[in-house]
Amino acid sequence: MLSDVLQDLLDEGVGLLGEHLVLVFSAILIASAIAIPAGLLLTQHPRARSWALGIASVGQTIPSLALFGFLIPIPFIGGIGQHTAIIALVLYALLPILRNTVTGILGVDPIVRDSAVAMGMTRAQILRMIELPLAAPTIIAGLRIATVTTIGTATIAAAIGAGGLGVFIFRGIASVDKLQILAGAIPAALLALAADGALGWVEKRWSAR
Amino acid sequence: MSVVEFRDVQFRIGDRTILNGLNLAIEAGETLVLLGRSGSGKTTALRLINGMIMPTSGDVCVDGKTTAEWDRVQLRRGIGYVIQEGGLFPHFTIERNIGLIPRLEKWPEGKIAERVTTLLNSVNLPAADFAKRLPRELSGGQRQRVGVARALAADPKILLFDEPFGALDPVTRLDLQREFLRLRSELGKTSVFVTHDVQEAMKLSTRIALLHEGNLAFIGTPQEFEGSQHPEARAFLDVLHSAIEMGARRAQ
Repeated sequence: MLSDVLQDLLDEGVGLLGEHLVLVFSAILIASAIAIPAGLLLTQHPRARSWALGIASVGQTIPSLALFGFLIPIPFIGGIGQHTAIIALVLYALLPILRNTVTGILGVDPIVRDSAVAMGMTRAQILRMIELPLAAPTIIAGLRIATVTTIGTATIAAAIGAGGLGVFIFRGIASVDKLQILAGAIPAALLALAADGALGWVEKRWSAR
Repeated sequence: MSVVEFRDVQFRIGDRTILNGLNLAIEAGETLVLLGRSGSGKTTALRLINGMIMPTSGDVCVDGKTTAEWDRVQLRRGIGYVIQEGGLFPHFTIERNIGLIPRLEKWPEGKIAERVTTLLNSVNLPAADFAKRLPRELSGGQRQRVGVARALAADPKILLFDEPFGALDPVTRLDLQREFLRLRSELGKTSVFVTHDVQEAMKLSTRIALLHEGNLAFIGTPQEFEGSQHPEARAFLDVLHSAIEMGARRAQ
């Protein structure tokens, strides 16, 4: 009897885990594609930098459930479902990646940058061969924070019909079923730990070079 | 023809004048030391030579072309630059640091490897021991030697030194000063060397240019410098003489 329940949870859980991973991967991929180039640009423009980081910080203070709610009535980007959830998750993931990209690049020793310029390296060569490799551990640390928090936040996406492990949690809360809540919460927590460990390893490997 | 020529060069940041109408010609093969206190404009003068900064007015000519006419990247590739602590790239091995410019200039790999080995040996760092290491595995003095080797990599005509030995302990510093003199007599490159250390200036220069508040206070050989009556020159000579007196007292 109990094993039947577990079997059902497991069958459904695999699908939900897949949806969860899709949400997280798409959000991190899109957020990186925006935040890393934007961060590189911002290192060149000090005034725009404080504005952009300020706006991104404010964005992060909006409670996630409210943000999902706000997005639903907006035409094209809003509505019920996965894409709305991904947009919200992207907004949350932007700040850590953006901030760490800026910090990482600005943290490159000015003497090192200076000697690269003095040796006759072009702007693009300096970025590719000097600044990006030296900033990489910091940028990866930003990705790590963004990924771990996104895995957690993505559970709320179920509230707007985006699926994922949150489906178990919301259903469990609604039906006062602890087993269902745990079936959503535990895999989400393990996923976050795994992502944290894996990206931490990459970060360390890179710093050791 | 002079290798480097400053023609009435002014450099200002906002309403602060850093260099005030500098005229100066640097001849082939000489070692000109730019001597001065902090804020005298000596590093600014150095950075004008390889186009790191541009004069507010006047011209800096390198090989007969103004730095504004030069393609900056080409100009800098032909000028070696050594700064404090070497300015080495921390994530590159010693080999890659030294071979960077040849590599960007698309030399064949075999020729790069050969050049790196020659240079490391010439600055007394056996290539077999040092080529594969990272800068942080070297001492300050060793890093500085690598910095010199890197500046020499593409065989530039001109070498610029921005207080290269400033952060080193006095023993290592003396060592590297000797090395500098040896390399100079072997290579005969035109060098411009910035320092605030009058002893270093006397030891290394063929000519000293003394800068004071953005003006050229004196230019001439170290012997002529000793006879200069300019107050700023006297101030530096006092430092030198007190060091000599101390040495003499100790010898008694």
